[in-house]
Formats: sequence, C-alpha cells, structure tokens
Amino acid sequence: MSASATTLTKSAPSPPAQRRGRARRGRSLARKVAPIAPALVLLLLFFAGPVIWSFYTAFTDQSLSGAGASSPRFIGLDNFRRMWDDPIFIQSLVLTVVFVVGSAVIGQNVLGMTIALLLRNRHRSVKAGVALVIVGAWVMPEIVAAFCWYAYLNPEGSLNHWLKAVGATQNWLYSAPMFAVILANVWRGTAFSMMVYSAALSDIPPDVEEAAEIDGAGGLRRLWYVTFPMIRRSIVTNLMLITLQTLAVFTTIYVLTAGGPGNKSATTPVYMYEQAFKFYNLGYGTAMALVLLVIGALFSLVYLRFVRVDEP
Amino acid sequence: MRRRTLLATIAAVALATGAVSACSSSGSGSSNTITVAYENFGSFTQMNQLMKKVKAEYEQANPKMSVKLEPIQADENDYYTKLDLMNRSASTAPDVLYEDTFLVNSDISAGYLKPIDQYLSKWKDWSQFSSTAKSAGKGQDGKTYGVPMGTDTRGLYFNKQIFAKAGLPTNWQPKNWNDILSAARTIKQKVPGVIPFQIYSAKSAGEGATMQGLEMLLYGTKNTLYDPSSKKWIVSSKGLTDSFNFLHSIFAEGLGPSPQQELDTQWGTKVSTQGLPQSKIAIDLDGSWQSGNWKKTGEKPWPQYSKVLGTAMMPTQDGSSPGFTSMSGGWLLSVGAHAKNPQAAFDFIAMSLNKPNTLFYDNAASQIAERADVANDPAYKNSDPFTPFFTSLVKYTHFRPAYSDYPKVSDAIQTAMEAVMTNQSSVGSALSTFASTVKSDLGDSATTSQ
Repeated sequence: MSASATTLTKSAPSPPAQRRGRARRGRSLARKVAPIAPALVLLLLFFAGPVIWSFYTAFTDQSLSGAGASSPRFIGLDNFRRMWDDPIFIQSLVLTVVFVVGSAVIGQNVLGMTIALLLRNRHRSVKAGVALVIVGAWVMPEIVAAFCWYAYLNPEGSLNHWLKAVGATQNWLYSAPMFAVILANVWRGTAFSMMVYSAALSDIPPDVEEAAEIDGAGGLRRLWYVTFPMIRRSIVTNLMLITLQTLAVFTTIYVLTAGGPGNKSATTPVYMYEQAFKFYNLGYGTAMALVLLVIGALFSLVYLRFVRVDEP
Repeated sequence: MRRRTLLATIAAVALATGAVSACSSSGSGSSNTITVAYENFGSFTQMNQLMKKVKAEYEQANPKMSVKLEPIQADENDYYTKLDLMNRSASTAPDVLYEDTFLVNSDISAGYLKPIDQYLSKWKDWSQFSSTAKSAGKGQDGKTYGVPMGTDTRGLYFNKQIFAKAGLPTNWQPKNWNDILSAARTIKQKVPGVIPFQIYSAKSAGEGATMQGLEMLLYGTKNTLYDPSSKKWIVSSKGLTDSFNFLHSIFAEGLGPSPQQELDTQWGTKVSTQGLPQSKIAIDLDGSWQSGNWKKTGEKPWPQYSKVLGTAMMPTQDGSSPGFTSMSGGWLLSVGAHAKNPQAAFDFIAMSLNKPNTLFYDNAASQIAERADVANDPAYKNSDPFTPFFTSLVKYTHFRPAYSDYPKVSDAIQTAMEAVMTNQSSVGSALSTFASTVKSDLGDSATTSQ
C-alpha cells in the first residue's frame, strides 16, 4: 500500500515511462491479488451473495411457507412501513442501543481499560495469571459461554445456590433480563478491549510519562492529559470494533432469555430471527437486517470521524 | 483500468466455480435413495423407532433401494422451520416428510408437497381409513397430500393422590371453567409446593400453546377462531376475551406454573417426564399422547401412571351444550414435491402405515388409531387404559381452521398468551396487539370480530 502510494505521488513521468509504469503496476497488482483470490472467491460466494439476496428479499413478501414461499411478490417499502408501525420493533431498536452502550461502550471498554491500566508495570506472573483468566472467557465459543451463564444465573443455578447461604436469591433472567445479558456479554468480551489497550499502553514511551511526573502531574491528570491522548486512535478503533461486534450479538441473548420474557430482551437481531424463522416472515426479517446494517454503518461513520479529527 | 479488468475476471471465475459446484452438489438425491425427514426430540422418540424399523423392512423388500433417515433434532417450532428450509431447495428437500396437519395447506401453497391421489387409488389399505381421516391430508384444492398416522384429542389429566390430599373427589369431572379454578385454588391452599393447573402459554411451546392452551378454552365458548361462511379470521370476540381472562386468572393467582418454567424450551418434556410422574402437577391440560411417554418403550417408563392419574373431559365455559370440548390434530406422512421417485416414496409411506406398523406406532406413541382394522385390534384396545377415554372425546372434538394463514394466526396467539402470562400486558392490550398483528399480516379484509 505504502509503496504504491509513493509511486502515485511522484511527479508525473513522461508518456512512455507512464505506460511502462502502468504495465509494471498491473503485473505487481496481479502478483498481490493472486494469493487472496481464493478468499475473494469465497467472500463473493458466501458473503456478497447472501447480502445481495437479502437486500432484494427485504422488498418482497418472501416467507418460509404459504404462498409467499412459492411466488414472493415485490411489495416495495411495505416491510419498512410495517416496521415503523411495529411497537415491538421500535422497542427492539432501543434495547439494541441499551445493549451496545451497556455491554460494549461502557462495560467492555471501561473494564478492559481499567484492567489494562492496573496490569501495567506488574510482575510478569501477575500479568500472565490475569490474562489467562480473562482471555479464557474470550476463547470460549459463544454458545458455551452462554450456556455457562445460563447455568449460573437460572433460578436453580449455581449463583442462587451460593446466595442461599446468605439468605438471598436472584431471578435476573426473568426480572432483569437486559442486565443479565449485558453482564454475560461484558464477561465474555472484556478480553478484547483489554488486549487492545495493553498493547497500546506498552507503546507509550516511559519518558513521556516520567516527564509529566517531574512536571508535577498526579496520577489522574497524567492519565487524562498524557496517556489517553496518546492512545486515542486505539480507543476509537476498539470502540468501533466492539460496537459492530455487539450490535450483531445473537447467541448469548438467545440462549439466556430467547428475547423474553415476552419481548423484554428482544434486541433487533433476536426479533429479526423470530420474525424470519419462527413466524416465517423472511421478507420482514431481512428488511430489519437492512436497518441494522444502516445503524452499524452510522456508528462506524461517527467513530471514523473521531479518528480523522486527530489526523496530523 | 487493468485493476478493474483483473477484479472482474476474478469475480467471473468465482461465480463460475460457484455455479459448477452448486450443480454437482444437487445430484445428491438419486432415484434409488429415499430421504425421510421427521422430528426426533426430547421425549418424542417413537417416530424414530418406527422409521428405523420400516427402513430395515423396506430395504429388505427392495434390495436396490436405500433409505436415508434424517431425524431432525428440534422442538416443534424449530422442526417446522428446519423442514421448510430443507424444502426450499430441491437438493435438500426430503422425499418423505412427517407433516403436521395444520401446515398442509400452507405447505401446499408453498409448493412443498406432491398430491398422492393416483397412488392412493391403487392402495387397497386406503379403504381402512374413515372419511374424516382421509380429509386430514386433503388440501383446499381437493387433492390429498398425506396419509394420517393417527389422531389425537385433548383433555385433563389429574393426580388422584394430590386430589385426595386436598380433599377433592378422585373421580373429578369439572362441569365448567369455574370448577377448574376452584379445584386449583383448593390445591394451592391445601397442597403447597405443587403446580395446581398446568396450561401451555409460552411462545416456546409453539403450537402446543395455541392448541392445548387457548383453543381448548376458546372452542368451549360461543366463539371460534374462523368464520367459514365469511371466510374471515375472528380476531376479537367475547369468547376470546373470556379465554384470555381465564388465562390471566390462572397466572395472576399463582395457580399455574411460574412464568420461567413455562418459558423454558424444555417445559413440554419436563411436564411429561418430571412434572406428572413426580406428582408435581395436580391438573394438566394436555394431549392424548402423553401416556406414550410412560410406557416401556417411552422416554420415562412409569408403570403406575394409570393408577396415579385420572382423566377428565374439558368442560365448556359455562357447561352449556354439548357440555365438553376437545381439539384434534395429528400428523401425516407426505411425499415431497421434489421427490425424484414419488412411487418409491409412496411405497415407503404405505409400508410405514400398513396394519402392523400403524399398530406399533399408535400403541407406542399413544395415538388414536384412524385405520379401522387397527382400531378394532385387541392389541390396540388393551394397549393403554386411557385409550377408551380419549377415543370417546372424538364426539366433542374440533379441528383447527388449518388454512394456509393459520400458522401466522397461531403465532400471534402465542405472543399474546406469553404477554398475559408474564403480566407484561393486560388482557385488553394483548388482544388489541393480537388483532392488529393479524390484520397487518393477512390484511384487514381477512379479519372480523364477533
């Protein structure tokens, strides 16, 4: 990338040289693309294909059974109009935002940063021990982590077993379902933020902070005025990645509450699944997917804006 | 320019390879192989037993043919979804499928099923089926799309030991809904720790909530779900409101299972294998097939079931004529629309539902026999002490309005039931959401109120 960028910024060469340069560039491009061709093929087949199909389906009354399955009709914006009038869909959007902000922007992000800061300059064995525990949660497949949390939180689960010893009891999966799924997702995803921040923090030259210390800056001021600005780019990147990841979380919520009780924890991905695969409204479900895609894009734009402001 | 050409070439190659591989994979179902898709989940294992038995018999009788069984591990709702997904592509669509009668019309309009009239006319056993049984697989187009495996009815199971403890009669027969409520209240008061009255009310129970739950109430009122004369769905009526009010009383007074228990996707299995056998449920509004779980071949053998449990008919709301109500459904074996060798698929069905195999299945799964020769067989009559009772309910029974839109109405009912059960909505707002959901799904002109 950087090589081609420098060639492009060089002063304009004379016409024959330009032609030669283009041929060379073409060949070098071919050499660059060849290794990723198989991945590109797979992406086109299994990623672009379904995306295009679901884009089209969002404007039809395609369903899993019934007349909509054999001969779907093009119904224009009906699915989107229906969404607008569907109070459960609007509620699902609110719950999605609550879930993303609660579990990613606040939960994973702040906790990941805190752990990374606490681990700075610790003994290697402490670092390794803590990292092992936290990364362990991250390595676990989502479905396994979700089942662990179900076993832990359900009324006959291990948490209540221990709480009984002190005479307390909880029923969060039922009484506070959003809290329960946010908790589980923070537990699972914190490792990612922690690793990003640990790497970023280790890149800060120690003399910068030492200089600030000599100038008399206390711990918090040093953090705010020196450390954070220096890792700002990592913070934004991390926020963007975990937001997009969390926006699409389905398994954890589905296993823990299945969107229930009622629709109290039905975020958009869960509600979308229910409409498309339980209630057979494939068209309506894919239309929701499209809306979710737009929301993800908006979030990314906002974050990218942050990065650009900082560009030298 | 070059770059674009190159990318275009890559894309073209990609699509071409994709197309080639797609073509080669579609040849998986040859005309010498019959694929059979059916449900095998939780305590429902009898179908798997039958299919394994028939596979062996069929392959022995037709050495050139092979049968590929595709048991689908999924609860009822997910089973329908997975089956429909398989049916969407010719390369995965099964040749023989285990099909719920209420989905027949919906799947016919989807183009998933093949009419089998030409094969039935040559099948001498077809005369053993009553005309009601024959109509179970009949589509709105008048053609037949499946052979019934057996039917079912629904009623009340009650635990005589719990009733004795509560001072209630062990030959209990409620005359109206209030009798059920008062028995449940007595049990709650006198026998703490058991669930007084179990009624399926969660989305996770799927069609079970609609049929064993709401429709067992609604069809005991003056109203139903569908008006055949105007061909409209009845989305609001006094009967519907009363049924939901009954449901609300059960859960608001703590007479039912706790909402979390109901929301458990395994709740149905837990009722059959724990709740009833371990005497944790006093009254259960459920289907005639329950005792199949407790036989020797079942998931939870329980030899004393007919001594511990009593059965009672479900009364109408206020006891008005005919006094009692029930609902009937049942499952079919159908031929898939994409079957390469429909004759072989039908032969497999004919063998699965010949007299000995029907007898085996109806006994194991506690089905109400629909073949006359099976129904009159002593081995069937004596197989289950509950058979005479559930067979007698046939005279009170109702069938679902199994038109192609029914599944959508049923889903909307389940959503409303769960909202009332968990007390997230009042009966009034749950019902107005129900009406507006059905209207937006099917169009205003397809609904009415009474």
